[in-house]
Amino acid sequence: MSQGDEPSFETGVVKKFLYLNRKAPYGTVYALEVLEMVLISAAFEQDVHLAFVDDGVYQIRKGQDTKSVEMKSFLPTYRALEGYDIEKLYVEKESMEERGLTSGDFVVPVEVIDRAAMGSLIDSMDVVLGG
Amino acid sequence: MKFGILVNEGPFNHQASDSAYKFTEAALAKGYGIYRVFFYYDGVNNANKLSEPPSDDRHIVRRWSELGKKYNLDLVVCVAAALRRGIKDELLAEGFRISGLGQLIEAGIQSDRLVMFGD
Repeated sequence: MSQGDEPSFETGVVKKFLYLNRKAPYGTVYALEVLEMVLISAAFEQDVHLAFVDDGVYQIRKGQDTKSVEMKSFLPTYRALEGYDIEKLYVEKESMEERGLTSGDFVVPVEVIDRAAMGSLIDSMDVVLGG
Repeated sequence: MKFGILVNEGPFNHQASDSAYKFTEAALAKGYGIYRVFFYYDGVNNANKLSEPPSDDRHIVRRWSELGKKYNLDLVVCVAAALRRGIKDELLAEGFRISGLGQLIEAGIQSDRLVMFGD
């Protein structure tokens, strides 16, 4: 490390990072703190992927309003990911359909893949993080 | 083989910290390297030196400190997650340090395997 406690942002190594989102937003802190990891890994110029499975598909659902629960909405952060060159977003088809959602219900463009393909995607990653 | 360890849950409330500790201890005993242990989400509570479990129970915080001392482990607590939960430098048990999330990403890059413990 070159400067005190600051991590080196240039390691010369690019790994495939997958953030596997499995929880609905706001009920637990996982979705918010996953986003914080996502943004930092972008700063390290890693090959970042996001996947939404189970109740995690609700994280990017349109039409959220957090005012009455007094929590800051982090929905705009998903929209901002494109600006960090994070554009590989996947939604599991079965999770989406089980919840009555369609690909038009999300605030960001996603690739809908089935459960088997999701398994292959996870298997192809170097580092899988999530919550 | 060099492992990175990520602890995502607090002590006592959840098995994750126990499992992470046992995994780390076993890996070290077998001669594997541990690049870093990173504490995130409620996992930051594993570093709270004010933790005082009953004397007939395992002392999770102290156990991490002792393992860290024995093997010179890098025990890193996420600053953003810690501040939210009131974990600050003055509360840190021996051997822990507070730093940024970049330390986790770096562990993911530098380790052969990053093993995550939590839900």
